[in-house]
Amino acid sequence: MVNQRIKIAMVAAALVAFVYVVPQSGSFVVLLATRAMAFAILAMSVDLLLGYTGMSSMGQAAYFGVGAYLTAVLATKFHFGMGWDFWLVVVLGILIGAALAAVFGLFAIRAGGVYFLMITLALGQCVWGLAYRWNSLTGGDNGINMSGRPNFGLDLGNEVIFFYLVFAFFAVSMALMYVLVRSPFGQSLAGIRERELRMQILGYNTWLHKYIAFIIAGGFGGLAGVLWAHTNGHVSPETVVLTTSVDSLLMVVLGGAGTLVGATIGTAIVFGLREYLSTLVPWWQYALGGVYVLTILYLPMGLMGIPSRLRQRFSQGKDEGSKKLATKPS
Amino acid sequence: MAIKLQKVLLGSCLALGLASTAPAGAEELRIGFIAPVTGIFAQVGKDMTDGFQMYLDEHGGKLGGADVKFIVEDDQGKPDAGVTKAKKLVLQDHVHMFIGGLLASTGYALAPVSTAEKTLYISSVSSADDLTQRQLSKYPYFMRTSWTSSLPHQPLGQWACDQGYKKAIVISADYAFGYETAGGFQKMFEDCGGKVIQKIWPPLGTKDFGPYIPTMKADADVIFTTMVGPMALQFPKQLRGAGNKTPIVGSGVSYDEFVLPFMGDEVIGDVSALHYSAAIDTPANQAFVKAYRAKFGKVPGYYSENNYSTAMWIDKAMQKAGGKFPGPEEFIKLMASIKLDAPRGPVELDDMRNPIENVYIKKVEKKKMFGYDKDELWNTVIKTYPKVSQFWTYGKEKFLAQPVYDRDFPPCKYCE
Repeated sequence: MVNQRIKIAMVAAALVAFVYVVPQSGSFVVLLATRAMAFAILAMSVDLLLGYTGMSSMGQAAYFGVGAYLTAVLATKFHFGMGWDFWLVVVLGILIGAALAAVFGLFAIRAGGVYFLMITLALGQCVWGLAYRWNSLTGGDNGINMSGRPNFGLDLGNEVIFFYLVFAFFAVSMALMYVLVRSPFGQSLAGIRERELRMQILGYNTWLHKYIAFIIAGGFGGLAGVLWAHTNGHVSPETVVLTTSVDSLLMVVLGGAGTLVGATIGTAIVFGLREYLSTLVPWWQYALGGVYVLTILYLPMGLMGIPSRLRQRFSQGKDEGSKKLATKPS
Repeated sequence: MAIKLQKVLLGSCLALGLASTAPAGAEELRIGFIAPVTGIFAQVGKDMTDGFQMYLDEHGGKLGGADVKFIVEDDQGKPDAGVTKAKKLVLQDHVHMFIGGLLASTGYALAPVSTAEKTLYISSVSSADDLTQRQLSKYPYFMRTSWTSSLPHQPLGQWACDQGYKKAIVISADYAFGYETAGGFQKMFEDCGGKVIQKIWPPLGTKDFGPYIPTMKADADVIFTTMVGPMALQFPKQLRGAGNKTPIVGSGVSYDEFVLPFMGDEVIGDVSALHYSAAIDTPANQAFVKAYRAKFGKVPGYYSENNYSTAMWIDKAMQKAGGKFPGPEEFIKLMASIKLDAPRGPVELDDMRNPIENVYIKKVEKKKMFGYDKDELWNTVIKTYPKVSQFWTYGKEKFLAQPVYDRDFPPCKYCE
């Protein structure tokens, strides 16, 4: 598909432009962009489940949380992960996110639809409860403060250097997930999303496919958590709270599920409104609410659905446009 | 396709283009103020901001001769958001100091920002004990104008013991603030000879105390409570409704002026302790209460008073500095050299940068006060412990040698 090449080129161009412009735009913007990118990894992991596999997980904050808490606990209690061993923490963060997802998946994957949503929600709340109540490890409600960022030749305490690092993780995550969803495995996930029964009849072990997707998403969630902990320098139960899961889900829906890029755009818009617009005007919540409502009403496919909508409007009769609208762009 | 590209680029450029940094003015004092403007704590955040703003308005927007640029940022009651906003204030607005933070967890999250950005952080409400105790050395640019959670409750333990109460039940919200308030009370109460025979930790935000009230032991002489927000309204109502007549001594926030107007007559006679009461009968406080009430239509609670007196304190320090901000470390020294006469009474800093202040034991009474013509609930001061330090009478070394007050410290020796 030549179309796909153009898309990749455009995303790459946008990323290059982004990484070129941001460091020149003031340190607060750098900070916001860093936060948004770390969170975008989480949003993309949600998209992997929601957009590609058709599972709306309401507990993604759990993996995010364990990644973040792992980082903070290792850094403060064991002074581990502040030098070159930061990379080890990254690996551990991914593993712990994946491991937790592997456990939770056993409970959650057996259910579908709203039951899946409820189970993931409950399991996510378990992790929140643990963070809130396990005072000796997590500091309870007060959370954990980390002193400074890792320094391994590269001093991550420098906001711009840290921005580049998070950007690298973000870009690589996006690329990996893109490869994943384009792979035969990813195609089978899309098949499950569209009609699970048919996939079963075709001989696919759909439970296993969903389970693996769930674990992979958990791993990316853990990675996002590690980066998030270092972005804030502070981890608290607020990181793991239900709102984080809901936010990530809303971001995906806002940007357009099943596109990865949509998850990123959704994250950028929510962060832009919530953390940038809120410094300018007191009514930012109305703006955010308005964006959500309008998107749901007029763009059920999210913001990424705009091009095909426009194409359909301006070139009615051509089958390309209407076909695009009928099936989600992948 | 081109549309998509345009959108992406437009989006990113739009977000970035807005971000030009403000140039630093010559002789102005830039103060960032972090409070919840949205979310469940929005009303408290407004009280905080109102207190500070009121002092500014009374003084023509100047502190110590310097024009003040007062920038309020919304932390939504979330530590993470607070950190982002603090960094925004420092990096983009180049503030000389940032003030505020409501929740203890926000205080813990903001203090490291002050260290990392080498910018003064004045905690004007947030009361997390350890920031000015065992962790202070990590935060050289941090000071507090408010209180530590345990500060008023150690005297309260003494007072309860002096009343002849022997056995107490602690029922307190299940988070750090609840542990620290209850810990302070229990430590002193037991050191004085009392016994805490039961500890109950209802989760933050509990509205139905039905499961807890029947389990409370009947042989207790007194109940210590720390309830926040809607819990504060519900607990006394349900306790008395269940026929339990045991006297209550509580944390000041359970009966703060913020909740008091919404309470029923069942709270009359309940005792609480705090470093402020709107009913302190001094001319300074009367003037403050009247001015505040005329402006905002309500009686000020400690959220407002603490921020009002923080502004007053900064004013005095800036006067000493000659109207020019001398840098955070020097400024803290100036703040420490001032003995402030705030509406809450005399306040000064101890050598751990926490206030030494009066603690008021208060009893809820229905009466007329300050010439207002209606009978209202007031926190009448029945005893004043003057110049209370966060270390109470234990002494700094001894106090700091013990762990921070927690769910399990002091241990419940007399619980069965």
